[in-house]
Amino acid sequence: MSDHARRTSDGEVPVTADPGETPTGPAGASMVDLTADPEAAAADIPPALVAQSLGQYLRAWWLRVRSGNSGVLPVVLAIVVVAISFQIANPKFLSAQNLVNLFEQSTVYMVLAMAEIFALLLGEIDLSVGLVMVLGSVVVAELVQPSGPDWPWWAAIIVALLACSAVGAIQGSLVARLKMPSFIVTLGGLLILEGVAILVLGGTLVGIGNSRFTNEVVLYDIFWGRFDPVVGWILLAVLVGAAGTGLWLRDASRRRHGLETPPRSLTAMKIVLMTVAGIAVVAICNVNRAHFGTIEGVPYIIAIVLVVLAASTVLLQRTRFGRYVYAIGGNPEAARRAGVSLPAVRTWGFVLASLTSGIAGLLFASWQVSLTTNIIKTANSYVLLAVAAAVIGGTSLFGGRGKTIHGVLGGLVIGGIYNGLYLLGVSSQWIDVVVAAVLLAAAIIDVLSRRGAPGQR
Amino acid sequence: MTADPGETPTGPPGAGMVDLTADPEAAAADIPPALVAQSLGQYLRAWWLRVRGGNSGVLPVVLAIVVVAITFQIVTPEHAFLRPSNLVYIFGLSTVYMVLAMAETVVLLLAEVDLSVGAVALIGGVIAFKLVQQPGPDWPWWAAVLAALVCCGLIGALQGMLTAWLRIPSFVVTLAGFLLFSGILIIVLGGADASVNVSSSVPNQRVIYDMVQGLIVPVAGWVALAVVVGAAGTALWLRAAARRRQGLAAPPVSLTAIRIALVALVGVAVVMICTVNRGTSLVTVEGVPWVIPIVLVVLGAWTLVLQRTRFGRYVYAIGGNPEAARRAGVSLAAIRIWAFALCSATAGLGGILLGSFFYGEYSTNTADPGQLVLYAIAAAVIGGVSLFGGRGKAIHGVLGGLLIGGIAYGVSLLNLGELATPLEYILPGGVLLAAVLVDVLSRRGTGSVTRV
Amino acid sequence: MTEMNEAPEGASRGGDGGEPLLKLRGIDKHFGPVQALYGVDLDLPAGQVTGLCGDNGAGKSVLTRCIAGVHPPDHGQIYFDGRPVHIRSARDAAALGIETVYQDLALADNLDIVQNMFLGREPLHHGLLDEDSMERQAAETLSTLRVTTVRSIRQPVASLSGGQRQAVAVAKAVMWNSKLVLLDEPTAALGVVQTQMVLNLIERLRDRGLAVMVISHNLNDIFEVADRIAVLYLGRMVAEGPAADFDRQRVVEYMTTGSSGMRPFEPAGSASDEG
Repeated sequence: MSDHARRTSDGEVPVTADPGETPTGPAGASMVDLTADPEAAAADIPPALVAQSLGQYLRAWWLRVRSGNSGVLPVVLAIVVVAISFQIANPKFLSAQNLVNLFEQSTVYMVLAMAEIFALLLGEIDLSVGLVMVLGSVVVAELVQPSGPDWPWWAAIIVALLACSAVGAIQGSLVARLKMPSFIVTLGGLLILEGVAILVLGGTLVGIGNSRFTNEVVLYDIFWGRFDPVVGWILLAVLVGAAGTGLWLRDASRRRHGLETPPRSLTAMKIVLMTVAGIAVVAICNVNRAHFGTIEGVPYIIAIVLVVLAASTVLLQRTRFGRYVYAIGGNPEAARRAGVSLPAVRTWGFVLASLTSGIAGLLFASWQVSLTTNIIKTANSYVLLAVAAAVIGGTSLFGGRGKTIHGVLGGLVIGGIYNGLYLLGVSSQWIDVVVAAVLLAAAIIDVLSRRGAPGQR
Repeated sequence: MTADPGETPTGPPGAGMVDLTADPEAAAADIPPALVAQSLGQYLRAWWLRVRGGNSGVLPVVLAIVVVAITFQIVTPEHAFLRPSNLVYIFGLSTVYMVLAMAETVVLLLAEVDLSVGAVALIGGVIAFKLVQQPGPDWPWWAAVLAALVCCGLIGALQGMLTAWLRIPSFVVTLAGFLLFSGILIIVLGGADASVNVSSSVPNQRVIYDMVQGLIVPVAGWVALAVVVGAAGTALWLRAAARRRQGLAAPPVSLTAIRIALVALVGVAVVMICTVNRGTSLVTVEGVPWVIPIVLVVLGAWTLVLQRTRFGRYVYAIGGNPEAARRAGVSLAAIRIWAFALCSATAGLGGILLGSFFYGEYSTNTADPGQLVLYAIAAAVIGGVSLFGGRGKAIHGVLGGLLIGGIAYGVSLLNLGELATPLEYILPGGVLLAAVLVDVLSRRGTGSVTRV
Repeated sequence: MTEMNEAPEGASRGGDGGEPLLKLRGIDKHFGPVQALYGVDLDLPAGQVTGLCGDNGAGKSVLTRCIAGVHPPDHGQIYFDGRPVHIRSARDAAALGIETVYQDLALADNLDIVQNMFLGREPLHHGLLDEDSMERQAAETLSTLRVTTVRSIRQPVASLSGGQRQAVAVAKAVMWNSKLVLLDEPTAALGVVQTQMVLNLIERLRDRGLAVMVISHNLNDIFEVADRIAVLYLGRMVAEGPAADFDRQRVVEYMTTGSSGMRPFEPAGSASDEG
């Protein structure tokens, strides 16, 4: 009590502590917890690293969710909701045949969403992904035409991807070096590519459906080809085995070096979950879904999507470039002062976005088999789907937060909605309306979830 | 140390006349030259300084219009570009873009964007058209137009609320709106192949039909011109005189006179072009289309709102520095919501004009909402509105719209066959990028580009 | 806080025999028609904290940025470790061992402590980021600076308090074998307890033998940690010397008028101004 009245020689009143004692511990102990908001801080630490047991982990994870850092939880919930609602409306929704259809349709959205995420992480947007996809499709289809260039399939693919990357380089340079807003640059790019597409396709049709030409067959198989069921199981085993061993060894190495490590039970659970999901997918795909004859096996595209996912994840999480992408999205000035070259990283970000859109183009061309000018309208609505998928999956519109797995999960949700509504006979205009509403909802959730988390914009 | 005690390095103590301007040259370049010049010569010099400092106003778009006019005149078959009938057609087509650009301008001034203006414009047009249908609602035309504008305004307000209250980026909200209303458009029309018409034989509907297609009798056109120029000229003169009387900085007399003369000149040119008989020997087609005065009214209204009302002042303030505006007590959310609402309402008017331009027929093929919004943004930016907010005027939208309309029609005159449709996309895309490039580069010196 | 009369045995700490680590002579810098620095001289000895004072617009930040490599001076010479050097970029400065902690800290909120500390200089292992070694090094640096209040170094920087963020920024500077650390208004936005933490940190830097320059408005803080004080006024260095030679009133007078009415400034023996 008298402490509050005590003053030092130059008239300042000490804080409530007794002289010699800091408010939370004896003097000299620098053990003052100065964390601004301990609860929020606790909520931000990856729970895997601080928990010593599975129980602690779950508690820490729940705390994190409540504070706004919900990770992939919303999208997983969304998947469950979509699955249940559509199944109720139409019992055929969760049939093996329809599910595989759903996977197949979703892959284009997934890859486009992953493309968009490269731009979103930088705090930018790429509105041209749909048209770049069309560019890729058109280039690859035209180049393998036997009556025309008649190039081998691998050359056509390479050139198509290079063309798309070039578009990305141009857009990226305009954004990064000339400081033009990305939505205008990519809007302009969209317009110009649309004109080019109309020009190239004209009133005609270019197709890759002819089974007499090997080049066309290869392209066709990208989307429609399948692994033999046995091969599918083998691949799954190899994949799960490799991933599981990798996870386990990494944990062990961290423990050896004395760094924070997730509890063993957690790692084990992750491996088990991965295996279960993998088994489910392979099992569903291996069911014979043909009316006559046999159609069974995991489609190639699932493997393709996994490869793109893995490559982009490694790129973003484990390389300097990826680190700089997140840094620029979080605080461009900090990145600049740390010596990061903003123009270079931004340009490469757009190149990757366009390159990935080009890969989506390969899938798209293979899916459509014949390309006419009708695909342009489709492609334009795909931009929204890509952004929606990314945001639904958990990537932030404001930059600095997100992963390519979000694109995969979000793409699954979008694909599910499309598929479900289509099964119910809803007209495409109404589907557009629903998708717009979903995009808005996802954006609202993104903004609101940032309110609770510290350090929001 | 180098300074003697009591003396500051730049002057004797007590002298309060220290010039604290950080960059005097740039400051001079920003003052409206009309206010500091005492003579026409001074004015021109100050204006040139301003242009060099990056604040070039309408100069680029005016130059562009001249260049485009000359280029197309040379390349079109039979040098038909500047023929009165074509020019009037361009006027008519441009008015849609002008109105949409003016709509987009208020949102751009806030440093936001509205990607749904195209879709909303079409919705507005369809609503108005549907409401005047004769076996049907059969509303009086003014009620139908009003209803359409109100609906569009509500749509805009909704988008504005999502942007202002929830702070969702405007391009996401309006992108979703674009998709949403493109879909709803088809539903309201009644299907992908449906259409709705207004016919010139039904008096109520004829009013709408005539908005673009109807012509003012030439004599009435000249009279109207005289009245407008007279009114505008007198207003300008009186205002300058009033300022001078109060001892405020006023433009030199010669400048005001030149301005009035310019307005008169442009007006005379337009009326003359429109009054030339562009029909055949059997059918006389002459007169100023009603849409021109309509657009002038919209231009006048928007200029008034933006330059002379509190709302307009706050729009510019928020575009320049939202935090400063907030601290000055401006309600950011209210201004934003109203801006989006007015933008969408104006877009609705543009949609009605569009339908009238296409001879009173509205179908899903009438216009591509995506193309409309791109032209609108391109027109505004080319005209001089900045994407970064805080800079631009309604007249910029008008000039930019004229340019876009000219380019669009000029390309179609070229008989490029297969290239025609692609160019309709590529050219505006290229022009948009060029315009934004100019915008960005011109802002480089002023330090108002906020990107790191 | 008390008046600066208890001269830390400043004369003996770091000493002022021997070359200062950084010497600036006759530095000029202008931006267009505006001259920001006129013939500035400055000595930054190792093992000492130099406090740079001056009113707004005096040129403190400009001078700091010249040393940090953000913009090179127009005239004048910089000597580092006795050798003349040209610092044209942040990388040049970093190569010499000069690290800057800015007023706005320049931390990316979405990255964690380790990622921020290594931003721009991440070590690679087989072409991929060497996360484990980064984590170990970061933990080690933080503990040698006795920053133990952070719960986990994998915490995103956004959730740290102001003082902790400063600590991270300072630790980042220290980790790279820096020899000179420049701190721009390190305590500007901090409360009492956190300010004390940062000042302690600064003293630990000095104790490790680094040269430290602190820009601050806060004369309390300056007098608490500075061994030397330098005052800028309208772009000129008007006073420079051991902190013991100053008291608060003199510093304020130099800051606001460019001279001290009490007596002309006579630094004890060191000829730091050649006009």
